[in-house]
Amino acid sequence: MNKAWMGLVLGGILGIFDGLTAWFTPAVRPFIVGIVIGSTFKGLIAGVLTGWFARRVNSLAWGLAFGLGIGLLLAYLVAAMPSATGEHYYWQIMLPGAIVGLIVGYATQRFGQQSADRSSRQPA
Amino acid sequence: MSPLFISDAELDRLRRSAAEPDLAGSRYELRGQLGRGGMATVYRAWDAVLDREVALKVLDLPEADPALAARLLREARVLAQLEHPGIVPVHDAGELPDGRAYCAMKRVEGSRLDDAARELTRTERLRLFLRICDAVAFAHSRGILHRDLKPENVMVGSFGEVLVLDWGLARIVADLPAPVPGNARDELEERNERELTRHGAVLGTPAYMPPEQSSGVVSAVDQRSDVFALGGILQFLLTDAPPSAGAEVRIDGSKALAAACSKARALSPDERYPSARELAGDIERFLDGRPLTAYRESLFERGARLFERYQTATLLVLAYLFVRTLLLLFARQ
Repeated sequence: MNKAWMGLVLGGILGIFDGLTAWFTPAVRPFIVGIVIGSTFKGLIAGVLTGWFARRVNSLAWGLAFGLGIGLLLAYLVAAMPSATGEHYYWQIMLPGAIVGLIVGYATQRFGQQSADRSSRQPA
Repeated sequence: MSPLFISDAELDRLRRSAAEPDLAGSRYELRGQLGRGGMATVYRAWDAVLDREVALKVLDLPEADPALAARLLREARVLAQLEHPGIVPVHDAGELPDGRAYCAMKRVEGSRLDDAARELTRTERLRLFLRICDAVAFAHSRGILHRDLKPENVMVGSFGEVLVLDWGLARIVADLPAPVPGNARDELEERNERELTRHGAVLGTPAYMPPEQSSGVVSAVDQRSDVFALGGILQFLLTDAPPSAGAEVRIDGSKALAAACSKARALSPDERYPSARELAGDIERFLDGRPLTAYRESLFERGARLFERYQTATLLVLAYLFVRTLLLLFARQ
C-alpha cells in the first residue's frame, strides 16, 4: 500500500473512531450520525494530505509536524462551526484531532511504500 | 688489539636492520613496520610507481621454507579473486631482490575490531558485524572459505569501513561457484592443502575454530565453519570476551542474541545457520525489532519487542486514549 492510500485508510478509520467517541457525551448523542460522517470526512482529508506529504518528504519530524498542523487546522474548521445547541467544542475536537494528525503523520512516514515511479527512478 | 664492544641497543638495531627486507631495485620504499605474524612481517611501504602507501607483507627469512612463500603467494591469489569493499585488496605479489616473497596490499588505516569495538554501542557493533558477514558471504559466493575469522583479522577503518584480512588459511571450495577456472582452481587448492597441512598441523585460532576444523578433517570444512567463527566474533562483540568452547552463551539483556550466537556456534554444522547471509539476516531482524529465526520468544517478550519497535505509535495511541478519557471525565462534571 502506498503512503497516500495508507494515510487515507488510516485517517478514515481513526476519523470514524474519533466520531464515535461523541456517543459518550450525552449532549451531542442525538447528532452522532452527522458527527461520525463529518469526523470520517475530516480524517480522510487529513490522511490523504499527510500521505501525499510523506511521499514527498522523508522525515519523521516533518511528517509529525505536518500531521499535527493538518489535524489541528481541520479540527479547528470543524470546531469553529457551532453545534446544534449553539456551542463550540474547541478543546473536545481540536485536542484529539491534533493527536490523530500526529498518529497519521507518524504512520505515513514509518510505513507504506513510496509511489512506484519515485522508488524505481535510477540515476542517469 | 682491544676487544670490540657493542651495546645491546646497537645490537638490537643491527638485528632489526638485518631482518628488514632489501627493497633496493624494487618499486617499494620501506617506511616502517605495521605488524608481525608467525611467518611474515607487514611493513608500511611507499609504492614509487603509483605514488601511494601500501602494506607490504614480506616473509621473514629469505631462505624460508618454499612452502611459506607459496602460501603467501596463494593468499595474494585468493585475495585477487575477491573484489569487495569488505575485503582488503591486493595490488601486487612476487619476490624481492633478496629472495623473500612479498604481497602488496591496500594500506588500511584504522584499528583492529577488538580495539575498535571498545568505543562502540551494541547497535554499532552489530552493524559492523553485518558488514563482516557481508564480506564473508561474498567470499563464500566466490567459492572461498576464510577459515581463520577472528576479531584480530578484521580492521575497522577511520570512516567505519570494515575489512576482513589475513586470507592465508583460505580454502577454495570446489563445489561452490568460483571465478578461477576449474583446472587452475583444483591445482591451486590441491597444492595449498598439501602445503598448509603437510605437517599435520591444525590451522586456525582455537577459540574461533569449529570442531570439524580442529579435528583436521579438511573435507568436513565448509561455509558453516566460517559461520561458527562468525558466531565467535558476534559473541566477542556482545560480551567483550573471546568465546569459550562448550560454554553456555550469556548476553546481558538479550536472550535472542544469545540464541543467535549459540546457533552460529553449534557443535554440529547441521544445527548452525546454513550460511553467513542467514546469520546476518537474523541480526538484521534483531536490529529491525523483528523476531529471530533462532529464538522462540514468549508472549511477554513479543509484547515487549513490539512495544519497543512501535514505541512512538503506541505512545501516540495511548496519548489519544488518555486525552479522550480526560475530556469525557470533564464533560461528565
